[in-house]
Amino acid sequence: MRHDPILQVIARLLIPFILLFALYVQFHGDFGPGGGFQAGVIFAAGIILHGLISGLDAAKKILPERLVEAMMAIGVLIYAGVGIASLLLSGAYLDYSVLDHDPIYGQHRGIFWVEIGVAITVCGVMLKIFYMFAGRGDVDQDEE
Amino acid sequence: MSFAAYFTYIVTYLLMTAGLFIVIARGNLIKKLIGLGIFQSSVYLLYIGPAKLIGGTAPVLATGYSVYSNPLPHVLILTAIVVGVATLALGLALVVRIREAYGSIEEDEVLAEDKANTSTTGHA
Amino acid sequence: MNEWLDYLLLMVPMLMMLVAVGLIITGRNLFGVVVLTSVYSFLMATVLFVLDAVDVAMTEAAVGAGISTVLLLGALRLCGWEDSKPMRHPWRKLMVSGALAALLMVGMVGLPEFSDPAATLHQHVVPRYLIDSTKEIDVPNIVTAVLASYRGYDTLGETTVVFTAGAGVIALLRRRRQQRLKHASSGASDAS
Repeated sequence: MRHDPILQVIARLLIPFILLFALYVQFHGDFGPGGGFQAGVIFAAGIILHGLISGLDAAKKILPERLVEAMMAIGVLIYAGVGIASLLLSGAYLDYSVLDHDPIYGQHRGIFWVEIGVAITVCGVMLKIFYMFAGRGDVDQDEE
Repeated sequence: MSFAAYFTYIVTYLLMTAGLFIVIARGNLIKKLIGLGIFQSSVYLLYIGPAKLIGGTAPVLATGYSVYSNPLPHVLILTAIVVGVATLALGLALVVRIREAYGSIEEDEVLAEDKANTSTTGHA
Repeated sequence: MNEWLDYLLLMVPMLMMLVAVGLIITGRNLFGVVVLTSVYSFLMATVLFVLDAVDVAMTEAAVGAGISTVLLLGALRLCGWEDSKPMRHPWRKLMVSGALAALLMVGMVGLPEFSDPAATLHQHVVPRYLIDSTKEIDVPNIVTAVLASYRGYDTLGETTVVFTAGAGVIALLRRRRQQRLKHASSGASDAS
């Protein structure tokens, strides 16, 4: 697939728009369909497409394995961290109203950070699973 | 009891039966996982079917609409879809390990090899 | 007229889904079966969209038709692209599945009818989500409001499940350098 010019050109045209669309879905999730899960999966799909077309090493150059493993955990930490922040501001766990003087703005802030945490974890997990499956080819079953 | 009132459930049950049949009748491990996925996705229809109201719209508040679909099943099924892909990934990782350990992904071949290993070596 | 269009838009993808599942049951070439699973997920996303579940349709299209297909093809590549063996006397298992379907259809009459505004499903807590969320959260997408705020604790659990799946796959498929060399030498000796 590395040597097929049509696939290379189409992928190079599409991947920036896929990544941009993932960001759009993430931040526009409050006003239309979307949110953290969809955004994380679409972002991972963009990187996976790059990995399929240009080789696994090209994808690992963009998002190295250590970074992806860290992303898996950082997302959950951000989510739980929002809850702890609510606790420290004398509210209940994951009570977003205390995150700001105006409770509605506090809800917006809470939902924003929570969705970012979800997107980071989902993107990291999907990419890591793809890296593990694609990087485990047997020596005598190589197809490339 | 008309067809138009319950047709989503009929399709759900047909898909559920098909998924269950693939899981119990097929020996290939990857096909079993695919059957499990079909079974899980039939449950999505089971929940989202009754949530729709004809003449309403998606549960996104907008001016000019007063009837919305029920958002609660949507939230539950969003979680279910993501958990489904998580179980599929773990199941496929197990299948890959079984293939490397036993050399086959057909259930009867794996069981036969396991029994042969246990009887010849005396321990699993 | 609008109602008939709704029903038609629902029936056609549902029929195609049943045909795809029938082909999946009888198919033996695993690559074709995986492609059919992707087609089935796309049709399911279409049906979900016509049922006004836009968030769920987007997630099913991205996750079911996208990531699931990539994972299945990756696992298939590691397992050698073999065809599955044919079914041997499946009649008893067909009867068990048919009995399950019959039992479920008997219980179907208790479930809410399609598009019934007086169903119990639409009472209790859902009007509060739809009406009070403007005052309490002010986010137009009710599904995001419920997912992230009203039911935020469940979403924390779901994120942890996704993380656990990633950790589990790492634990299962991680390979140390000595194992990789040993596997390469033994894989060449026994033909698979």
